[in-house]
Amino acid sequence: MKSNFRKTKDLSLKVLYIMGVLIAIAPLVSVLWTVVREGYGALTPTFFTNTPAPVGEVGGGIAHAIIGSFVVVGLASIVAIPWGIILGIARSEFPKTITDNILGFAIDLFMSIPTLLIGLFAYGLIVMRMRTFSAWSGAFALMLIMVPLITKTTEEMLKQVPLTVREAGLALGLPRWKVILRIILPGSIGAVSSGVLLALARISGETAPLLFTAFGMRTFSQSLSEPIATLPVQIYTYSISPYDEWRSQSWGAALVLVMLALVVNGVTRALIGSRTRGKK
Amino acid sequence: MSAEFTPSPILQVENVNAYFSGFHAVKNISLAVPEHQVTALIGPSGCGKSTFIRSLNRLHEETEGATLTGEVRLAGKNIYTPGVDPVEIRRQIGMVFQKANPFPGMSIYENVAVGLTLQGGFSKVEIENRVEKALRSSALWDEVKDKLKKPGTSLSGGQSQRLCIARALAVEPKVILMDEPTSALDPISTARIEELIFELKKQTTVVIVTHNMQQAARVSDFTAFFLMGELIEMGITKTIFTNPKERQTEHYITGRFG
Ligand SMILES: Nc1ncnc2c1ncn2[C@@H]1O[C@H](COP(=O)(O)OP(=O)(O)OP(=O)(O)O)[C@@H](O)[C@H]1O
Ligand SMILES: [Mg+2]
Repeated sequence: MKSNFRKTKDLSLKVLYIMGVLIAIAPLVSVLWTVVREGYGALTPTFFTNTPAPVGEVGGGIAHAIIGSFVVVGLASIVAIPWGIILGIARSEFPKTITDNILGFAIDLFMSIPTLLIGLFAYGLIVMRMRTFSAWSGAFALMLIMVPLITKTTEEMLKQVPLTVREAGLALGLPRWKVILRIILPGSIGAVSSGVLLALARISGETAPLLFTAFGMRTFSQSLSEPIATLPVQIYTYSISPYDEWRSQSWGAALVLVMLALVVNGVTRALIGSRTRGKK
Repeated sequence: MSAEFTPSPILQVENVNAYFSGFHAVKNISLAVPEHQVTALIGPSGCGKSTFIRSLNRLHEETEGATLTGEVRLAGKNIYTPGVDPVEIRRQIGMVFQKANPFPGMSIYENVAVGLTLQGGFSKVEIENRVEKALRSSALWDEVKDKLKKPGTSLSGGQSQRLCIARALAVEPKVILMDEPTSALDPISTARIEELIFELKKQTTVVIVTHNMQQAARVSDFTAFFLMGELIEMGITKTIFTNPKERQTEHYITGRFG
């Protein structure tokens, strides 16, 4: 009697659980499916190698936006990755100082304000002064979004390293900075890199802050002080255009962005996997 | 000091007091650690053994709010003299912790070599020799010599602890401090480490904290009994266990408290 009741309860919980999972992934799958269905047709070889063609002509591509995204995200990363990691180290290794409190406040603030406002900030600070949209200003905005993300994950990952590991390093007669940089950091490099990659994936899809900064371009930019095309902005402008062809290319560009995100995600998982395997 | 301390001391502790943000954990301890001997620190939980042993290699001060007064002389020189670099002191006084803590992300070889590689100034051959020697001294060589490139974290609990001993030995410290090194291990692993400690006397001096009375009796030459932050008495292990001077020591050893 009782075990029967237990079995029923067990079964209904299982059903509930599976339903919960399905409800959670259904929207995700449907978004992915829509992007693939709508975007697949646009993925011709020229789509990846050409710049936009005039409306009505065939063979236009988004090469300029793919390159542009790599340039802007790359520029942002060059500064944001080391800076974020350094701040993360400072937060985990030298906590409870005044600078740490100020830093913590700034990071939480930056993580909670809409990225649109960060774009406006970059607009006021750089675009207005340079009197032009530019790759620089776009990269600056993305950097501001990226630094707190990396700081936060780096800090969390380093804090997971047990105190006794740090003490063992000190007990070997090594200065604190060597213990941090050569023992603690390499020991959690997999976790720290996955944080970096997730931040990369995240900023690669940011549209709003780039609208006022990198702006967009119909062809390759010649200089970092010019407006520059990026995938998210390209998707945005094409998707609200009146031309069917552009709207279809917008789906194609979205598919490219999704695939890039999936690649980053795969690399991240591989990194986390190799780290946990090492932990036996 | 009493006439019992015939071997010359490598460490001389004088009036050491250790505090945690005002809490007086170690009270006015003076004792001598004889060279090439094993000295055991025993006493009930919370009596300050860990705090005391961590003040011997200047690790106590790494805890926030921790302070200390008094002198600890290593081969005659006070390690607390202003201007003395704790890093330099810790190179000469190694430490093994209660929980084995191999460095994550490093191979077995790298774990043992790291004290030398990061210190710098050693040739590759020199490091290789020292690593092998340290692994042999910690009775781990035969078990790991074919898998030196495997992660240090892939070893068993007992092996990990011997790896940590090897890591400390590779730097060739004058003294090696062990804070309950076997308390997380099974009896067989424990026995291996006890044998090892006995062997280590030849090359270094061992100070070991233990909760296990039999262990203190088996491995140590001298025993110091701590109670509530104070040193009650110290002497030749055999004497402490058979004929202690203080009533409190006798009570503790016979298991009447603690
Ligand atoms: N980080 C710390 N902050 C504040 N007080 C501490 C700290 N570490 C230890 N103490 C206190 O100092 C006293 C001595 O602690 P210690 O760890 O040295 O004892 P112990 O003899 O090693 O005990 P055990 O046998 O349980 O390891 C205890 O009362 C403990 O509560
Ligand atoms: Mg202790």
